[in-house]
Amino acid sequence: MRKTGMTRLAAVACASVLALAATACGTSSGGDDGDGGKADEQQGGFAAPDVPMADAVGEPEGQVNILAWPGYAEDGSTDKTIDWVTPFEKESGCQANVKYFGTSDEAVQLMKTGEYDVVSASGDATLRLIASGDVAPVNTELLTNYGDIVDFLKDQKFNSVDGQMYGVPHGWGANLLMYNTDVVTPAPTSWGAVFDGAADYAGKVTAYDSPIYIADAALYLMKTQPDLGIEDPYALDADQLAAAVDLLKAQKENVSEYWSDYLKEVQAFKSGDSVIGTTWQVIASVAQGEGAKVEAVLPEEGSTGWSDTWMISSQAENPNCGYLWMDYITSPKAQAAVAEYFGEAPANAKACDLTSDKSFCDTYHATDSAYAEQIHYWTTPISQCLDGRTDAECTDYGDWTTAWTEIKG
Amino acid sequence: MGLLLTPPMLWLGVAYLGALGALLVTSLWSQNDFTGEIERIWTLDNFRSLLTVDVYRTITFRTLMVAAVVTVVDAVLAFPIALYMAKVASRRAQRLLVIAVLMPLWASYLVKAYAWRGMFSADGPIAWIAQPFGLDTPGYGLFATTVTLAYLWLPYMILPVFAGIERVPDSLFEASADLGAGSWQTLRRVVIPMAFPAIVAGSIFTFSLTMGDYIAVKIVGGTTQMLGNVVYDNQGAANNLPFAAAVATIPIVVMLGYLAAARRTGALENL
Repeated sequence: MRKTGMTRLAAVACASVLALAATACGTSSGGDDGDGGKADEQQGGFAAPDVPMADAVGEPEGQVNILAWPGYAEDGSTDKTIDWVTPFEKESGCQANVKYFGTSDEAVQLMKTGEYDVVSASGDATLRLIASGDVAPVNTELLTNYGDIVDFLKDQKFNSVDGQMYGVPHGWGANLLMYNTDVVTPAPTSWGAVFDGAADYAGKVTAYDSPIYIADAALYLMKTQPDLGIEDPYALDADQLAAAVDLLKAQKENVSEYWSDYLKEVQAFKSGDSVIGTTWQVIASVAQGEGAKVEAVLPEEGSTGWSDTWMISSQAENPNCGYLWMDYITSPKAQAAVAEYFGEAPANAKACDLTSDKSFCDTYHATDSAYAEQIHYWTTPISQCLDGRTDAECTDYGDWTTAWTEIKG
Repeated sequence: MGLLLTPPMLWLGVAYLGALGALLVTSLWSQNDFTGEIERIWTLDNFRSLLTVDVYRTITFRTLMVAAVVTVVDAVLAFPIALYMAKVASRRAQRLLVIAVLMPLWASYLVKAYAWRGMFSADGPIAWIAQPFGLDTPGYGLFATTVTLAYLWLPYMILPVFAGIERVPDSLFEASADLGAGSWQTLRRVVIPMAFPAIVAGSIFTFSLTMGDYIAVKIVGGTTQMLGNVVYDNQGAANNLPFAAAVATIPIVVMLGYLAAARRTGALENL
């Protein structure tokens, strides 16, 4: 009895598995036609999928789901005095639900769920989001503050396609080198402290846990080994990538841990598990606020950095509140607050009059387009070399992802 | 009876095995590197790179080693505790010990893992104890991962071994002593052989839980990667679900082999 019963049940179980597998296979042929696949072949003319654009902002839906870099949507829960989300909620009637992400890859992945209305995307995420149809073009005429955004951030290749903006610029800045002032003396002035000189702090070095960090190594090589011929840290041919990978593999011997969760880095610097490594200004500020003896500097080689854009999801459930948020966060007052808290240059030039530190915009070169050009903004590497070489094939983001797994070993 | 069993078996078949089936199907697809969209074209590329790229072999081997070490450490720690609980302790002490073994399971996994992060930290208790002797904390890495996982999974080893030893009749201990065996010989030739299937049963838990873990590694593992991290990084960060699915088949294959081997010892009757 037991035996026959079990056999029959097993048959039922197997049949249901097959049924399910068949459904999965059945749906497989339809749907996406892989528009995005062409994107990396025609980066210049970039064929974005046809996604409709809003032509008016209607009644607020009552809430908005925001996907943001840590520190971009503070509601006073980190620090009571740091709050620009609450005024937005009162003003617009939209309850803001904020989720922070740690890497651009995570942002792209979360946007695919369709659960978020707006996202603060860096240049290594924007084109991927546009190409996959996850974000919609943005009607800048609906944004009252768009006119005040500095010109050199508008219509850039990472935030627009054929003159159509896919978002509103938020701000930009450089990745910094953070160090423990007790342990690291004299103060480092070069990224060499975490590459060639990393052995001095063996087991206490930290680095950013994302394939895009390869660009940091490439930038260092660009300045220290001109023979490699690196012109742009995001345009690496196979040999140049291999050189960067070797540098990072050597660095790994001295790395305590890689960070992608900004709170983990704060904690590691507080406890002394990490004493030197790449960081963002906001992390240094939080760590200093919690009593860690750390400083953050911009090394002499320059740095990689970010230029962020608020984008709206093509599947947004709260598009009206989404537009209200995009307009609010680029208003002079909100921009001044975010920029000062996060430590970056605001996109809205009028924010410079409202910062508590009057020299803030000068320090961050907010309106200095020449300076902004020197930062190597995060960009998705593609097989066409971004530095304009036509005689070489460059490594794409998939290669970088594989390389990053190999570096970590 | 068949009627009563149908809903749970459907659950097992559709939701549980079905999810595994969908996973295997996904592993045969590919992903567009740029947009991250899944391209539903049949391909074996994921398995090819899994087999040809060295780093995945290294990670698989490392994961198997950690799982094996965690299992051995847990077996060595669990056996004396289980023996004491089953044969030496009074009824009252036995009940208290069972509760004590189960107690850590009431606390969140994350709390326990972060507690070990604090233990191994540069300003943590291990460094504090070691420094007077001129030593330092081993820091985050493979060692910390192994210790943390061995701690987390210990109850899963103690309970089956305890149950297994408890089933060994007291009369066998007496018979062994009557025939002149010392306690060490009794242990070696009577208790361990009889408890062995129970140890294997416990090892199924410790081994498979370690194989799939990625959270403890992220918290205390430093730069270490295990199979779970590769799955997580590919699914959670790179959004390469097909490749993540392909990587996830490795622990499945390993565990099927492990279960087949365990079945021969009769361990599955002890679960």
